[in-house]
Amino acid sequence: MIRIAGAGLAGLACAFELAQRGADVILYEKGDGPGANSVARFAGGMLAPYCERESADEDVVRLGGRAADWWAQVTPVTRRGTLVVAPSRDQAELTRFARRTSHFSKVDGQVIAKLEPALEGRFERGLFFEEEAHLDPRRALADLSNAVQALGVWIHYGTAAPAKVDLNCTATAAQLPDLRSVRGEMAILHCPEVELSRVVRLLHPRMPLYLVPRADGLFMIGGTMVESNSNRPPTLRSLTEMLSAAYTIHPAFAEASVVEIGAGLRPAFPDNLPRLMEHNGTLHLNGLYRHGFLLAPALAQQAAHQLVGETCR
Amino acid sequence: MEVYGKKVQSRLLLGTAQYPSPAVLKDAITASRTEIITVSLRRETANGSGAGFWDLLKACNCHFLPNTAGCHSVQEAVTTAQMARELFGTDWIKLEVIGHSESLQPDVFGLVEAAKILCADGFKVFPYTTEDLVVGEKLLEAGCEVLMPWGAPIGSGQGLRNPDALRAMRAYFPNIPLIVDAGIGRPSDATRAMELGMDAVLLNTAVAKAGDPVLMAQAMAQAIEAGHNGWVADPMDPRDMAVPSTPILGMAELV
Repeated sequence: MIRIAGAGLAGLACAFELAQRGADVILYEKGDGPGANSVARFAGGMLAPYCERESADEDVVRLGGRAADWWAQVTPVTRRGTLVVAPSRDQAELTRFARRTSHFSKVDGQVIAKLEPALEGRFERGLFFEEEAHLDPRRALADLSNAVQALGVWIHYGTAAPAKVDLNCTATAAQLPDLRSVRGEMAILHCPEVELSRVVRLLHPRMPLYLVPRADGLFMIGGTMVESNSNRPPTLRSLTEMLSAAYTIHPAFAEASVVEIGAGLRPAFPDNLPRLMEHNGTLHLNGLYRHGFLLAPALAQQAAHQLVGETCR
Repeated sequence: MEVYGKKVQSRLLLGTAQYPSPAVLKDAITASRTEIITVSLRRETANGSGAGFWDLLKACNCHFLPNTAGCHSVQEAVTTAQMARELFGTDWIKLEVIGHSESLQPDVFGLVEAAKILCADGFKVFPYTTEDLVVGEKLLEAGCEVLMPWGAPIGSGQGLRNPDALRAMRAYFPNIPLIVDAGIGRPSDATRAMELGMDAVLLNTAVAKAGDPVLMAQAMAQAIEAGHNGWVADPMDPRDMAVPSTPILGMAELV
């Protein structure tokens, strides 16, 4: 029997990999539902290894390359790529982004209009990362939680983990050496007037942001990275930047309803890469940083392999 | 170089924002051989919530120069300085009072006012200012012992927009440490600043946003050292005419 502390993104992904290998798994989760306590609720849900390479290590591309296929096993994944644009005065940002990344094609205003008719006439140049994908984080957490339960995994909600577990996936609560919190803020907008079918990243020298379309006219906007362990609600400064970025992408967002704002704490190690590590005799999976949905599958496979090998049947 | 009674070997002051990761930042600090790093105190981290990141910085064994980045009023800058003193245990403060959110140009009136308040309160103030000589004088009158003129707008990487004004500043304040703060994009910009006789260079984005921040940190350190040595070595002046480096008269008679 494998006991896992934490039924957030990492714990559920590990449970899925373990159960598929035939292991009996119990998850202990303090929150009262799938992902209720998880910072993954506030994620963008972007499966964008090539865009992330702009500021992330090569490992993120290597580990995240198959994430979309993994998620497609349990939840709908939108494979329509990522469109990266910049206001005309910030073209230098686009040039720099292109220099640091790969797997994109350069697109002009016409192609942008073809990809996203709503953006016709708004941007002259952009980068299109065709192979990238995105998902809806809350839906994905619920779907993954159903999938693991269908595989026979027990999830005890509202229950603290026993002192001794086989795998700890409790993110910022784990108190590992060198683990810190990086705060992220987001807003969810309802704007049926704008139709976008893929993630749009707006490059800006001060605050690059992303806009992720969700079902039913909803959009998630986020992108802030603050070295802080405060989980108070988003600041006016961050919201102002995020909401004006949405407006820059399309003026119709001026009429959007702000249906939710939120802030979460992402666990990170000094190199901003995740680790599977032993600490005081317990295996820990932690430090997924801003790459939770992208890197959890590969790390969960490593954790399962370490705990039970390729199969324990 | 000596500032506020502290002697440092390195003439590079390094900012700590916008790096790909704290691990890269730490390696860049080591490669730059800097002894002074700036730390930004955003309001949202003022209650100590940025402790995880600051603990990593403390392990670098550099002198902390907290800044009032992003403050737009005298009161805001003074409050931020006081919080920084409490939090980091240093009376050094890089004073920024931003006058214009687009260009991030210093509000020199607010800057002088805030400098007066902070110097009277015992702070050792490093004012981020323009090349204006009169503003420089007022800052020294306020009690500042160092001036930090901009090279170009913050984060723009444009290099030195007004080298003649920096040269004039050097001539006008021969004994005041002058640190070019902001606008440096490439190592050659830093060399040029040092060749003008500046005492040091403070930069952040040029290193943090380079493709390889650690290598760029090293390049900046070398550029600053080269520029400083070039200034001290008293370079020749350019001439309009060629001057042969072998004598014309008294040439050896070759039989």
